[in-house]
Amino acid sequence: MVSLRAYILTRLLLTIPTILILLTFVFMIMRILPGDPVLAIVGMKASPEYIEKLREQLGLNKPLWMQYIDYVSNIFRLDFGRSMIWGRRPVIQEIMDRFPATLELTIFAFMISVLIGLLTGVGSAMKRGSKLDITLRVWSIVAYSLFIPLLGMFFQLVFGVYLRILPVAGRKSPLVRIHRITGLYILDSILTLNWKGLITSLRYLILPSLTLGIVLSGVYTRLVRSSMLDVLQQDFIRALRSRGIAERKVIFSHALKNAFIPILTMMGLQFALLLAGAVLTETTFSWPGMGTFLMERIQYRDYTTVQGTIVFFALLVSLVSLIVDIIYAYIDPRIRY
Amino acid sequence: MELSLTISHSLRRLWKARRLDLLFTIIGLVIVIIISFMAIAASLVAPYDPLSSVDKALLPPSFKHIMGTDNLGRDVFSRLVYGSRTVMTVVLLSTFISMSIGTVAGLISGYFGGIVDRVLSLTMDSIYSFPGLILAIAIASMLGPGVMNTVISISIVYIPTYFRMVRGQTLSIKNQLYVEAAEAMGASKLTILWKYVLPNVITVIPVVFSMNVADAVLTEAGLSFLGLGVPSPTPDWGFDLKNGQRNLLAGYWWISIFPGIMIVILALGFSLLGEGLNELLNPERRYE
Amino acid sequence: MTLLSITELKTYYYLPDAVIKAVDGVDLEIAEGEIIGIVGESGSGKSTLGLSIIRLVPSPGKIVGGNIFFEGKNLIKLPEKEMSKIRGKEISMVFQDPLTSLDPLMRVGDQLIETIITHQKVSEDEASKLARDYLEMVGIPGDRLRDYPHQFSGGMRQRAMIAMAIATSPKLVIADEPTTALDVIVQAQIMRLFSKLRDELGVSFMIITHDISIVMEVADKIGVMYGGHLVEYGDVNEIHKDPLHPYTKELLRAVPNIEVRDVELRYIPGDPPDLSNPPSGCRFHPRCLYATDICKKEIPGKRFKNKHMVRCYLYEQ
Repeated sequence: MVSLRAYILTRLLLTIPTILILLTFVFMIMRILPGDPVLAIVGMKASPEYIEKLREQLGLNKPLWMQYIDYVSNIFRLDFGRSMIWGRRPVIQEIMDRFPATLELTIFAFMISVLIGLLTGVGSAMKRGSKLDITLRVWSIVAYSLFIPLLGMFFQLVFGVYLRILPVAGRKSPLVRIHRITGLYILDSILTLNWKGLITSLRYLILPSLTLGIVLSGVYTRLVRSSMLDVLQQDFIRALRSRGIAERKVIFSHALKNAFIPILTMMGLQFALLLAGAVLTETTFSWPGMGTFLMERIQYRDYTTVQGTIVFFALLVSLVSLIVDIIYAYIDPRIRY
Repeated sequence: MELSLTISHSLRRLWKARRLDLLFTIIGLVIVIIISFMAIAASLVAPYDPLSSVDKALLPPSFKHIMGTDNLGRDVFSRLVYGSRTVMTVVLLSTFISMSIGTVAGLISGYFGGIVDRVLSLTMDSIYSFPGLILAIAIASMLGPGVMNTVISISIVYIPTYFRMVRGQTLSIKNQLYVEAAEAMGASKLTILWKYVLPNVITVIPVVFSMNVADAVLTEAGLSFLGLGVPSPTPDWGFDLKNGQRNLLAGYWWISIFPGIMIVILALGFSLLGEGLNELLNPERRYE
Repeated sequence: MTLLSITELKTYYYLPDAVIKAVDGVDLEIAEGEIIGIVGESGSGKSTLGLSIIRLVPSPGKIVGGNIFFEGKNLIKLPEKEMSKIRGKEISMVFQDPLTSLDPLMRVGDQLIETIITHQKVSEDEASKLARDYLEMVGIPGDRLRDYPHQFSGGMRQRAMIAMAIATSPKLVIADEPTTALDVIVQAQIMRLFSKLRDELGVSFMIITHDISIVMEVADKIGVMYGGHLVEYGDVNEIHKDPLHPYTKELLRAVPNIEVRDVELRYIPGDPPDLSNPPSGCRFHPRCLYATDICKKEIPGKRFKNKHMVRCYLYEQ
């Protein structure tokens, strides 16, 4: 039994080597792989002096190990580099412009997937072996195999093209203005009592978050079901029943709470899936978030921005993982006391 | 004669006890076999050349073109059939590479331990925790378009999967008595790895392999959809899905939907196979 | 006054390729304020017997025959809703492993309070007070109410379980291997606790165990189970003085006796019977020193010597 403080500290310390490794890996990918970034940008027709100047500006003329040191130390100062193309705009700023859009999408998708996952997982575990259980198990496999762009396009076809009740691309109607406070349209609309803004934001958000949410729920259904089954076969469940506690209470007040801990831990790991899915969802629905930003920058061969964005993703994943572990340590009294 | 009797007896027992799991496995296997056949015998199955325009563009499904034509007048069905060849090749090749490298690394890391193990484990765990598709995007963006580049990108993403599993198995087997006995008798480390550890590790691989291929199908489709995978004009489901999006929004749905459905079916096939096999080989023992 | 009367109880487990006849025709009676010990090897069906009474036999097990009469009601025929009212209130159970039998996320006191409130209409404060009282009755200081299960020692956890079992003033407490996971000294303490609770509260106990020596001290009657059958049943002193069934004799002889030196440690040779395919006739015959032909053919019926019951052909009149 380790105390909470010690646990958090150890966990924090462990994060550092992980991040370092990821940073190094990204660096390796972006530099060591074949292809000269500068040439790719300026093409073969530029003069050698211009190429040299550009190289110097980007720090690419320094020896590799020096570039590495610069890179890592910059990250720790939250300097993710500067765009190679767009007037040397700091990457971090561009990311922050786009981040709220991705955040909004992922939050809603996450809520949907958890809701579906909990309902189906608990239902499946409670009625184990029944037709419901089998249907839900098949459903979870199908859901996860659904290719996000396909599901997205299917929704676009049905709701956008045939029924014409929902928009298929973008984040809000171009006719509506939303005053930007946090960058999260829903929140900003509520804060500024912008009714039109709220409606349009929701209308544009439904299909993308539903798409991502449904596909992700496939993973959660399996997870919740498995966790619940594990908990339900533990001795204390039988002991609770022997004391005459109502079945509903047994499932929800006791089993689910206990199942929640492993579910929570896994949810943290699934954040990576959420991000990857977000990239696909954003491209399908032209949602102006970090996913579309990344793809756009790749197309323009803006390698520094691409590198900075990938690094940002890596840090994000590590951060979420850390937070989840801390929450877990806080909830489980076996660690706290 | 006796062997077939034993097999049919086991199958009958399996059917009674684990009907669902057997069903999963069979359906998954059927799907995989059909698509494999489609891939191998593409020239026999596809009515038209997938690369050239054979008719007017944007024709809806009809008897002549059962899945219609795309924006360049190519037969969608033919592209679908040849696409299966592309997808299966890329995905299976990548998975084999990941499996080979990951397994060897896992064996070495698990068995020899020490600093090598620590470093490898930490590295693999870090990569594993990073979103797979995004990693593939990063690698593919630097390598550029191309079938082999796509294969490389996808391979790297899945190496940690095999590494972790094999390492885990190796660790648990390493401490078994019979391995200790073999060591005491002076067997060389290589012999031990080959004769004792590997056979046990192999039993876990089919399940992980199936699930992994399912995932790889989705990753490959994702890469191609984003324009970083197999380049045009090679037929590929993910690419065609993207290619048809503009037209889908104008109502010409067949260009995207059919290849999209194939992606799902193939991923589903491997998933079902994996799930079914998993339940059959490591059954959920929930009796008390 | 008879509290519980079991007749011809049969509980089978239906596995995909076999049917395990865990309890195969058991008759038993428990009186008010009585402690009986049910003794047997693992796989003898004793746990299933206990679970059958409280109707918590896990799937794929099912009670397939017999009757269990409790306070005029046949527990086997009761609808689940009514049975759950009896569980915890009239009949409660204490399980083997106290660590895994308590919800690890809930404070011990809260679990106790939850049990009390489920069966009695009292306020939370009153329940809290009652919880404290019961904990003290089992020897746990009241201020430990606020602790989590993992903060208790094994013996304390088991006492907490017992407190929960008696908190609703049940008539019968079934204890399934209550001390197996505990050390010897604590075992004795728990047994004495059972005795004390019987004396003070009039609760009957059915103590299920594989270790006959621990129940000999506190039990009024002993029942010996083997291969799904109750092969011997009677007053504890009678059985100690004059064990009838060969299996019982072996059980008693196998108990290490610290007072007698230089005697070889005895064990009972052979394996427990496979309950999906039990031996024909008397289930003990493959391991019995006195087995004869008829033992292999038919299951021996009940023979009585006063109130001492045994199922063995050695005692044909």
